[in-house]
Amino acid sequence: MIIRGPAVCLGADIDTDLIVAGRYLRTKDRSSWAKHVFEDLNPELANRLSGTVIIAGKNFGCGSSREQAAVALRDAGVRAVVAPTVARIFFRNAINLGLPVIECGLPCSPRSEVVIDMVQGVVTLDGNPYPFHPLSGKMQEILAAGGMVSYMKERR
Amino acid sequence: MGTLAERVLGGDAGSYVDCRVDHAYAHDGTGVLAHHSWKEMGSFLADPATISIIFDHIVPANNSTTAELHADLRRFAGDHGIRFSDCGGGICHQFMAEGLVVPGEVVVGADSHTCTLGALGAFATGVGATDLAAVWSSGETWLRVPETIKVRIDGRLSNASEAKDIALTYVSRLGMDGGSYMALEFVGEAMPDLSMDERLTLCNLAVETGSKAGLCYADRTTCEYLRGYGVHSEEQHPEPADYASETTIDLADVVPVVAIPPRVDTVRPVGECEGIALDQVFVGTCTNGRASDIARFARAVKGRKVAVRTVVVPASRRVYLEALAAGHITDIIAAGCMVAPPGCGPCLGVHSGVLGEGEVCLSTANRNFKNRMGIGGEIYLASVGTAAASAIRGEITSPEGA
Ligand code: SF4
Repeated sequence: MIIRGPAVCLGADIDTDLIVAGRYLRTKDRSSWAKHVFEDLNPELANRLSGTVIIAGKNFGCGSSREQAAVALRDAGVRAVVAPTVARIFFRNAINLGLPVIECGLPCSPRSEVVIDMVQGVVTLDGNPYPFHPLSGKMQEILAAGGMVSYMKERR
Repeated sequence: MGTLAERVLGGDAGSYVDCRVDHAYAHDGTGVLAHHSWKEMGSFLADPATISIIFDHIVPANNSTTAELHADLRRFAGDHGIRFSDCGGGICHQFMAEGLVVPGEVVVGADSHTCTLGALGAFATGVGATDLAAVWSSGETWLRVPETIKVRIDGRLSNASEAKDIALTYVSRLGMDGGSYMALEFVGEAMPDLSMDERLTLCNLAVETGSKAGLCYADRTTCEYLRGYGVHSEEQHPEPADYASETTIDLADVVPVVAIPPRVDTVRPVGECEGIALDQVFVGTCTNGRASDIARFARAVKGRKVAVRTVVVPASRRVYLEALAAGHITDIIAAGCMVAPPGCGPCLGVHSGVLGEGEVCLSTANRNFKNRMGIGGEIYLASVGTAAASAIRGEITSPEGA
């Protein structure tokens, strides 16, 4: 699987509250989280995420274990998240919800062209390659299926 | 080559592996959610023999809603030939430690203290209910192989100190996120001296540092312990490996301690907290409810009277029977304590000793978060010996010289 898109640069320790604020969690409208994504960080960002790859600093997705954070990013059209380290629960939630997340440190400049080769484990940023541990075969299949629930259904 | 976590999972730290899972268990709380997700995924079971459902959190049921949820899950287990332990069998982690989990296995449980089972040389970690349902469906899961912090345990423990004091000492040293994403590996010259009960206590608190797992190498003690359950196992030996960091605890420096609410890593010598008045003492849980804990408590209160309401909960039916046979339960009740049926007891604040506003409890459990055992209640965490000395005085008391 190859993922491409322009980079959106974010800082370190972006917690799940910054991804989707607590005030938006309790709703039956699951599509609403994407509209409020990163609202407390930069209210303009939500509209510019579609088709992009987020390149963040360390410890992305730390804090509350809310699954809505990964749903919001996925539904806002984010193609993948790249960060040198990703908080454990966010990482599991993201993969199981079908949002590709890889651990890799990159020097980010906005709108750089990012190309991720998920199978080989290489991110190319403005032509420069950066290797990372590729996800396992099963993780890639889960992503390809769009998440754990559909992956399980397809296998039946 | 490699850390114990790397060897059991079959990959280098930082890599991702697809693992066959040997045990995937849930309790009556998370089991309900996992069952729901499992139905959403198409109701397929890869291998019922790897699944266990253990009722421990709210046992016996405290109201009709719980009773109905229990009934549903009980039926699910029965219909599919899933290993099932009903109310009174014991805490899930203890149940799994009694001859089910063996060294080298991969174990996932829908409960954060699944890390307890690393004491047996297995890689055991807590997962979410939906994650667990996927394992029930497929028989496997994906894991990131964690980096490992080597925790060396050297020297000898003084009489008044216990494995719980070692555990609180490492939690205070690493802090509540000092082990995030990592595994803790317990090695050192003191390890052969530690009993299985003590190792289970040590690994139980790994998650309080944010760690994914805590592990001990299986040695003679492990194999003998499992032989007691009629299970054959093999020893494991350390090999050269890369560790993220290393810390050493000299047991000569470990004194009886308490963790002050509301953080597990705010740890002080018991001496500094002496005299704090208590409303309740609680002895039990997956941290300190095992046979040696109940025996220690019984010996300390035998022939005396507790000065505060005291709830004792054996971690399993087996533990309960052993304590009964040894006469410990008689001594505990004669001292004025209550004994509740095996399970989590008041640990999660739903029944069997919930705290009221402003009440203070000294507990042998692993979490002292705000409101955990009841709204407005405060929890000090300590060892069994400290709990016994404190129960007798009705205030926090060091077991030294007691
Ligand atoms: S005894 Fe307490 S910590 Fe252990 S499994 Fe039960 S509720 Fe959780």
